[in-house]
Amino acid sequence: MLGSSRKSRWGLRGFALGYLALLLLVPLGMIFFRAFEHVGPALSALTSPDGLHAFYLTVLVAAIAVPLNTIFGVGCALLLVRTEFRGKALINAIIDLPFAISPVVIGLSLLLVYSQTGWFGDWLNANGFRVAFALPGIVLATIFVTLPFVVREVVPVLHEIGDEQEQAARTLGANWWQTFWRITLPAIRWGVSYGVVIATARALGEFGAVAVISGRIVGQTQTATIWIQQEFQNFDQAGAYMGAVVLALIAVSILIAMNLFKRKEAT
Amino acid sequence: MSIIVENASKRFGDFVAVDDVSLTVPDGSLTALLGPSGSGKSTLLRIIAGLESPDSGRIMIQGNDATAVPAQKRDVGFVFQHYAAFKHMTVHNNVAFGLKIRKRDKAEIDQRVNELLALVHLDGLAQRYPSQLSGGQRQRMALARALAVEPKVLLLDEPFGALDAQVRKELRAWLRRLHDEVHVTTIFVTHDQEEAMEVAEQIVVMNTGKVEQTGPPRELYEHPKSEFVMSFVGSVNRLGSLFVRPHDVEILQAPEPGADEAMIEHMVHLGFEVRVELVLAEGENLWAQITQAEAEQLEIEKGQIVYVRPSRARVFDRDGNASGDGRPTTLQAA
Repeated sequence: MLGSSRKSRWGLRGFALGYLALLLLVPLGMIFFRAFEHVGPALSALTSPDGLHAFYLTVLVAAIAVPLNTIFGVGCALLLVRTEFRGKALINAIIDLPFAISPVVIGLSLLLVYSQTGWFGDWLNANGFRVAFALPGIVLATIFVTLPFVVREVVPVLHEIGDEQEQAARTLGANWWQTFWRITLPAIRWGVSYGVVIATARALGEFGAVAVISGRIVGQTQTATIWIQQEFQNFDQAGAYMGAVVLALIAVSILIAMNLFKRKEAT
Repeated sequence: MSIIVENASKRFGDFVAVDDVSLTVPDGSLTALLGPSGSGKSTLLRIIAGLESPDSGRIMIQGNDATAVPAQKRDVGFVFQHYAAFKHMTVHNNVAFGLKIRKRDKAEIDQRVNELLALVHLDGLAQRYPSQLSGGQRQRMALARALAVEPKVLLLDEPFGALDAQVRKELRAWLRRLHDEVHVTTIFVTHDQEEAMEVAEQIVVMNTGKVEQTGPPRELYEHPKSEFVMSFVGSVNRLGSLFVRPHDVEILQAPEPGADEAMIEHMVHLGFEVRVELVLAEGENLWAQITQAEAEQLEIEKGQIVYVRPSRARVFDRDGNASGDGRPTTLQAA
């Protein structure tokens, strides 16, 4: 009995590892291999003005979108957990919308509203704002796709810590802001950090929505993922692989950070 | 004139938690709100603290109308059943919290925190985190934290409810002594009548959102105004409409006027006290509480036929209010 269960356990492990290797590790490994096969041209493609600009834009967009979503996410989680109001179920459902909708659809819908032929496009244009095919549109698209992450991480933590600590702080004379800053935020900090990290990962890797709304203007509205795809299409594969390697390395460090935060949260 | 509650009511949906309650808690007193779960005692305490707002009625704290004053401006200390310790702060910072909010200077805060930690016997544990303390230590820390801001009123919501029996006993005695030292007007909520009797100077008995009776422990025990108070405060035998305390059941060896025949079903020896469980001829059960010496003198044992009569009994009318008081009567009269 013991022997057979041990055998089946090894069998399961082997299957799980094989599956992951085939689907994730081998293809990713190949990218690393290819990128370093032609290091010289790959690096020069990556460090070309267009390549550098694409990565700069990606980081800039994440640096704007993620903090905004963090503030929104924490506020929204507090609203959902600590207050009672009509329409709470609706807000709860809407927050999950970006999980369900394809990013391409998100990009298209933003285009419908903000492009020159869209709802506010004309008005925005007349007042000197460009949203579609410009930085604001990319930021909007990224905010949209990363909307649920912080909320969904913080809500269960808020439920778990309960509101007695906050009530105690109030009876000790703390106002709303002092209670939030000194009691609530430290108590949910690992949940928030975890949410921020996955939102960042998602923001850096976003392709579909940004591809539609950005107009893919080389050196202007091209983000890292779009630049990689373009390099690949232009048969400049070494550059594409090197770009992919950089994104993959960022992803790996994010994975490590996620695991650290998860462990901190558990303690 | 310290805390006055006037006609306070609070509903949660269809449930009436507090039903038109009026109450006066004298300055510097130690008062217990006693009642079964769902009697509204915790809600009333939270209304006094400002953590709940009453649907109607008024709260006066030291002569000022506090009904519309938010919790953070009421100057009350509140202690929760599950401690509500700030988990990410050391014991020192937990106790210092209210003083830091009030922007006292650091030297003053340190001195006050050290004094309070000495008062609650936690000196030496200032740099620990709440997770490194026992339940009793956490609750004493919570008390020090509440006392740090020198509140006008100290409110404790089932403060010992989450602790085990031994620690609970110690902390009760300790709370009494603390109150003798600090003298802050204190209200604590409990469902444990023994705890209320042991600690409080005044007990407010609550049932289904209303105040049943208010008075010193002894008065509640000896002159309960209602059936509920008599059965909730102390043990009681119920025989028809007659209420008899177990220690008011007299056991006799021979028939006497007014005494009824009963059989001893069981005897429980609890050291000094002996519980005699009896069954009357009509099949009704009751128990008597006698001392070990009395039991020996009577030479009674299980299975024996004896004669019992109440030395004191009480009758309540249809609404459960006191109508007969302490007169000797026969059990048959019930």
